[in-house]
Amino acid sequence: MTAASRPIKLACRNVWKVYGRRPSYYFDSRGYVIDPDALAERLRAEAHLPAVVDASFEVATGEIFVIMGLSGSGKSTLVRCLSRLVEPSAGEILLDGRNLLTASGKELIELRRHAMGMVFQNFGLLPHLSVLDNVAFPLKIQGKPAKEREARAREMIALVGLEGREASFPHQLSGGQQQRVGIARSLAVGPELWFLDEPFSALDPLIRKQMQDEFLRLQRMLKKTIIFITHDIAEAFRLADRLAIMRGGKIVQIGRPADIVLNPADDYVAQFTEDMPLLRVITAGDIATPANGAALPERSVAADTSLEALIPQLASGVGAFAVTGDGDNPPAVLSAGAVLAVLEREQARRKSS
Amino acid sequence: MTAPAAIAPSAQRFAIAPALVPWCALAVLTALCLLLKTELPWLVNFPKEWTLPLASYINAVADVVVAVIQPGFRALSALLDAPMRGARLALAWLPWPAVMLAVAALALKSSGERLAIFALATLAYILLAGYWPQSMNTLALVLLAVPISIVLGFLLGVLGYARPRWRPVLNGALDLMQTVPAFAYLIPLLLLFGFGPVVGLIASAIYATPPMVRNTMLGLERVPAAISEAGLMSGCTRRQQFWQVEVPTALPQLLVGFNQTTMAALSMVIVAAIIGGFEDIGWEVLSSMRKAEFGQSILSGLVIALLAILIDRLTIGFAKAPKTGPTRAMRWMTPRRLALSLAIALALAVVIRLAAPDATLLPETGLRMQMGAVNQWLLGLVRDYAWFFNGVRNAVLYCLLLPMRVGISGSATPAMWGFSLPPSALAVYVVLVLALAVLAARRLGWRAAVAVLAAGLVLYTGFLDLPWPVFILAVALLAGQVGGPRLGLFAVAGFGLILVNGLWPQLVQSLYLCTLAVLLCLLVGGALGVWAAHSERVSRLLKPICDALQTMPQFVFLIPALMFFKVGEFTALIAITLYAIVPPIRYVEHGLRHVRADVVEAVEQMGATPLQTLLQAKLPLALPVVMLGLNQTIMAALSMLAIAALVGTRDLGQAVYVALGKADAGMGLIAGLSIAFLAILADRLIQAAVARSAAASR
Repeated sequence: MTAASRPIKLACRNVWKVYGRRPSYYFDSRGYVIDPDALAERLRAEAHLPAVVDASFEVATGEIFVIMGLSGSGKSTLVRCLSRLVEPSAGEILLDGRNLLTASGKELIELRRHAMGMVFQNFGLLPHLSVLDNVAFPLKIQGKPAKEREARAREMIALVGLEGREASFPHQLSGGQQQRVGIARSLAVGPELWFLDEPFSALDPLIRKQMQDEFLRLQRMLKKTIIFITHDIAEAFRLADRLAIMRGGKIVQIGRPADIVLNPADDYVAQFTEDMPLLRVITAGDIATPANGAALPERSVAADTSLEALIPQLASGVGAFAVTGDGDNPPAVLSAGAVLAVLEREQARRKSS
Repeated sequence: MTAPAAIAPSAQRFAIAPALVPWCALAVLTALCLLLKTELPWLVNFPKEWTLPLASYINAVADVVVAVIQPGFRALSALLDAPMRGARLALAWLPWPAVMLAVAALALKSSGERLAIFALATLAYILLAGYWPQSMNTLALVLLAVPISIVLGFLLGVLGYARPRWRPVLNGALDLMQTVPAFAYLIPLLLLFGFGPVVGLIASAIYATPPMVRNTMLGLERVPAAISEAGLMSGCTRRQQFWQVEVPTALPQLLVGFNQTTMAALSMVIVAAIIGGFEDIGWEVLSSMRKAEFGQSILSGLVIALLAILIDRLTIGFAKAPKTGPTRAMRWMTPRRLALSLAIALALAVVIRLAAPDATLLPETGLRMQMGAVNQWLLGLVRDYAWFFNGVRNAVLYCLLLPMRVGISGSATPAMWGFSLPPSALAVYVVLVLALAVLAARRLGWRAAVAVLAAGLVLYTGFLDLPWPVFILAVALLAGQVGGPRLGLFAVAGFGLILVNGLWPQLVQSLYLCTLAVLLCLLVGGALGVWAAHSERVSRLLKPICDALQTMPQFVFLIPALMFFKVGEFTALIAITLYAIVPPIRYVEHGLRHVRADVVEAVEQMGATPLQTLLQAKLPLALPVVMLGLNQTIMAALSMLAIAALVGTRDLGQAVYVALGKADAGMGLIAGLSIAFLAILADRLIQAAVARSAAASR
């Protein structure tokens, strides 16, 4: 599951969003090397609010990239910068290598019509339109003929499992159902880039779990490039291929879930993730070592199997596994010792906390 | 009264609050003014020589301006005349069965079968009472004024939404449009547009535009961020975003605006009859009142009231679906069936007209023709029970109105109360007020004490004998401390303007009449509100009464008051109170019913009696809502002032009314602006007070 080999879909380079009287004043000097922390400090001192501080990351095609942080950490502002719902104060956002921030109003509308979809925490359904018309709305905006958009909308409604509710209005649906409509609508134009801004945060825990499963099922079918915003750490670790942790507008760490629990960048991240069970977060692929031509063990497991799932086999005496990846990776071996080392580390973590 | 000076040393023991210092200074000034009152009469009566003839300046300027721009406006008037004639002719052409069918179908679609039955009954009553053509003429004006106001209001509202920088200017203009009595701008309109029903149309359009503007701004601003972002992310252009996302989402609020605008237009079309009748229902009420034909005025007043309720329910039905969902009748009336019904109504009209082109189809003699006996009976009733009505009136007049106007010092004379007060009684009064003030200071703080002293002072001198420097400074000080220095300056400027225009006596009359009416409304309405909050039955009983009172045009309130109590201030007081009593009932009930349940439970759990719960938990918590009700009451009372002038008052409303009669545009405008100033000042003061208490409790 390494993403490195896939092409970069979206790149975000040194993006800032500053609220205040004159944010542009601070970003005039071209070529000046900015020390982000010092600048953020100065902005705060001078009555400006740096909501996003020097955010840089890359998202590969087909990857689920989760941005996680507590409320007020700037994650919602950041995702709005990516779609230019909020105009960034400085930086570059490259979609397929093209800078979004220099796109004209017309180009931006075209991009939003075809290349991006977005799901909102509070659903954002139009109250005066039926489920069918809500899902067909982006197509209507593009001027697609009624028949075509209705057919496509029905297809999307079936995809999210809402058949039979086409004629209902948003206020007649439950929260989970409303968000299904929001998901169907965001997928109607077949975008490659999919933004989800806390899509399940307004739902009950049980429904949330269901919707997460549903989301993973959809992604296995659709293979979109996804930016997923959440404040729920369990949700983040469950869904993410890679995740970014934000604090005070700054990205403090980016990495695969295993990287983050194994090597937290600072105390904040460590404290934040201390309740995540290592055995559940870390997968076989994360700690397997390359076989380097040696003979592979008989038992084989998929790279994305969690260590937790291997415990019963280890207990029954299996000493090593052959780890099969998604093709690009060289064959690798996972020894029981490596798993035990993680287990030991988990125990040490429990004691210290 | 020297009482305010006396409080100062006793307050020193507690260390004086900085905000109290100017009040102490004011108290000293008050004492001085009262002592010097006889030597320096200008302290109480602003001398005529000091006034500025601003009104005549305005008139001079207006004459020139009007002469220049009049042709343009006359042309506009001619332009509006054609559609107005058209609307009148069309409505007169429509035979009543067709109108009934169309209105019943609309009512069925809007709110179901009950409203349809009510609509049919209302129209049948209008027909039988003999006011059909007049009602249709009034409706023709409303039908023209409403689209003008809707379009204008929507455009202005969109402007205010899209350009937040212009909003303060826009809001100021809206405040003026809603608070300057329409009588005041009828004069310039008459000068510009010439005499005719077009003036009524324009006045209605002006008066009815603000609610649409406000609701448009509110609706567009309240579009949830997620919805507008979803629109943007779907790739909407600016135009698509506005028409397909923002406007449909704001539609319920826009329809509320439509409802309020229609009601305002109706109310103003009726009031505009004051400049002369054009065969409309407002004129019928007015002329029958003038002729003391109470039978007819009740009949025609009832027409207005029923029409108002019908139009209100009809338009609000389209804005808000009932909580329980649409009824079966509403679902049955699909848009197609509605269109079909309207087409049938039109076809019916054509067939009837083809069969009988000239017949009026109206009953030959309406009820209104047979009112002679009823009039006699009503007059007899009033005459026979004159002892009762006069008794009530005199009791209130001598015990409430006069003491407020000229104070205890003025009323306690042999001419008024038949006795004068010995100095010892005066001393008792001073001691009583002082004791109350000290008690208030101990229990509620110095602000309450100042309020008690002020009330004691006003009760002693009366509104009329209050030295104007003291009054202006006191209000300005209050405004400055509650709403900031700008509000204080605004108060000084406004009162100063009134003073130099020689309108001070009228202002004081207005203040005293309004204060009394507002106090009465608060007392009676507040009590009813408390009762309704604790009894489902009372609440259910009061609701339709409040609904009806609130939808009725102001004119209607004059009829019963005038019938029983003849012209005079007491009649005006009754009419104002009737018109302004709904907000306290509504807001007190709403405030008490929506107090946070956990707090009430906690207080009850501690063993508080129901009265303790009410006084110590519910009322204080509901205070911000009650204050909003107070605000609305004051607005309603001030707006009724101009209408109440018809039954004989001596206040600013009367100044406007007199100016209207003399076509004195300058004086009408100044007096009208004075009323608007009072309304805006009261509104800002109360809002600032609510905001302060909200900030303090946070």
